[in-house]
Amino acid sequence: MADLTSRNRRRLDLLGLLPFLAYVAVFLGVPTVSVVVGAFQDDAGGWTLSNLGAAAGDPYLHAFVVSTEISALTAAIGAVVGLAIAFAVSASPPGGVLRQVVSTASGVLAYFAGVPLAFAFIAAIGSQGLVTKWLGALGLDISGFSLFGFAGITLVYLYFQIPLMVLVIFPALEGLRPQWREAASNLGASRWQYWWLVGGPLLLPPFLGALMLLFANAFAAYATAAALTNGIIPLVPIQIAAVMSGNVAVGQENLGNALGLGMILVVALALAGYAWMQRRTSRWLR
Amino acid sequence: MTAVVDLTTAPRTGTRRKLGRGRIATGLVLIIAALYFLLPVAASVEFSLRGVHDTHDLSTWENLFGQPGFLDNLITSLELAAGTVVITLVLMVPTTAWVHLRLPRLRRLIEAICVLPLVIPAVVLANGVLVAFRGGPSWITGTPVILALEYVVLALPFTYRTLDAGLSAIPLTTLVEAGRNLGASWLTVLLRVIVPNLRTSILNASILSAAMVLGEFTIANLLLMNTLPVWTVQAGQQDGEVATAASMLILIVTWALLLLMSVFGQRGARRTGRSR
Repeated sequence: MADLTSRNRRRLDLLGLLPFLAYVAVFLGVPTVSVVVGAFQDDAGGWTLSNLGAAAGDPYLHAFVVSTEISALTAAIGAVVGLAIAFAVSASPPGGVLRQVVSTASGVLAYFAGVPLAFAFIAAIGSQGLVTKWLGALGLDISGFSLFGFAGITLVYLYFQIPLMVLVIFPALEGLRPQWREAASNLGASRWQYWWLVGGPLLLPPFLGALMLLFANAFAAYATAAALTNGIIPLVPIQIAAVMSGNVAVGQENLGNALGLGMILVVALALAGYAWMQRRTSRWLR
Repeated sequence: MTAVVDLTTAPRTGTRRKLGRGRIATGLVLIIAALYFLLPVAASVEFSLRGVHDTHDLSTWENLFGQPGFLDNLITSLELAAGTVVITLVLMVPTTAWVHLRLPRLRRLIEAICVLPLVIPAVVLANGVLVAFRGGPSWITGTPVILALEYVVLALPFTYRTLDAGLSAIPLTTLVEAGRNLGASWLTVLLRVIVPNLRTSILNASILSAAMVLGEFTIANLLLMNTLPVWTVQAGQQDGEVATAASMLILIVTWALLLLMSVFGQRGARRTGRSR
C-alpha cells in the first residue's frame, strides 16, 4: 500500500516535468525529427534514399569536404594558439585585470560575435580596410588576398575559435596543481620531464576534447560565413540555406533535410568525442 | 616551491632565468593575441567614423538611427530578447527547481536534454522549423513569435547550467520545507522563497539569453524574419559604413550586458563568501 502511494507520488512528481518536456519536444524535437524523416522521403512522401545519394553526390560532397577542411584547420590552429594564450593568462595573478578582461572578451567573441565579426574583418582587411590602407602606405599590397576565400574564412573563424579554446581549456590548466609540479621537481624532474610525464598526459584529454568541440563549432557556424561571403564559398550550412531559399532543381525539396542529417551526424560525433574526453578529464579535475 | 628552491642557490638562479625567458614569451603571446583581436575592432570603429574625402566624423552614427528599417528592427530585436527571457524564466525556473527538489536522480538526464541544441546546428534547426511548422498558425510561424520560441531552445545550454548552478549553491530543500511548513502554497514558495534566493542566477540566465538573441542571425535570416542582425547584413550590401556601425552597436550592447553579469556575479560571490 505504502509502496503504491510512493509510486503514485513519483508519477505526480514526473508530471512537473511535463511543461518542459512538451516545450522541448515541440520546438526542438519536432523540427529535428522532421529533418531526419524528410531526409528519407521524396516529394510525394514515399521512402527513398535518393536525397542522401544526392547529398553525397557532386556539388554537396565537395561542400562537406571544404567544411571539414576549414573546421579541422581552424580547430587545430585555434586549439594551439588558444592553449598558448591560456598559458600566458594563467601565469598572471588570479583575480587580476588581465584574467577578467580575457574571460569576458572570450565569452563575447566565442559565442556572440557572428555578424559583427564579418564586418570587423571587412573593415580591417577588406579592400577599403584600415590594415589594407596601412600596409598599402608601407608599399605592401594585400588586395590579392581575398577575405572571401579559404584563407580569409580561416582567418575570420580563428577569431571565435581561439576565444572558445581559451574558455574551454582554462579550467584544465588551472586544475594542474602547483603541488604536482613541486612533487616532480622534488623528485629531480626537469621542466621538460614534468611536462612530458605529468602535465602533458593530464592535459592531453582536455586538449583533444577541446579540439573536437572547436571542430563542431566551426562546422555548425553559418552567420559569419553568410554575412562575409554572401554565400560564395561552398560550406555545408551555406548549401542548406541555398536549398531552403529554393535555389535547387525541382524535385529536390528534401535535399536540405539530407544535408542537415549529414551535418547533425558530423557535429554529434565530434561533440560525443568532446563529452567522452571531458569525462576522462573530470576524474582529476577537482 | 620556494622552500625547495631555497635549499641551494644554483638552481635558484636557473629557475629565475627560465622564469624571465618564460615571461618574455608570455608577454609576446599576449601582445600578438591582443593585436589580432583588437585590430578588427579598432578598424570597425575607424570604418564607422569615416566621413567624406578621408575625414572622420560622427555622421554615420548620427545617420544610423534614421536609416530606413533600423529602428523597427532594433525594436523587434529588443522585444525578441524580452520575450525570450520571459519564456525562458517561466519555463526553466520552476522546472530546474522541481528537478532539484523532487527528481534529483533525473538531473543528468535534464542536463543532457538541455545540451541537445548544441548538437543540432542552427541552420538545420531553421530548416526543421520551416518544414515542421509549415501548416502552423500564422500568428506563430509568420511572425517573430516563432523566433522567440526557438531562441528559448537555443539558449537552453546556457540557461539550464546557470540556473542549475544557482540551485546547487542554496539549501533549497530546507528553504522550501520551511516555507511549506509555514503554510505557503507552492506558488508562494516559488515566487517568495526560490526566486529571491536565485536572484543572481536568474539575472545571469536572462542576460545570457538576451545577449544571444541580440546577435542571432541564422534562424532569423533563414525564416525570413527581420531583426537587427538581419537588417545589418542587408544594409551591408549597400553601405558598409552603416552596417559596420550597426554591428559595432550589437557588439557593444552584448559586451555591456555580459560585463554587467560579471559585476553582479562578483558581488554575489563576495556576499556569499562573507556570509559563510
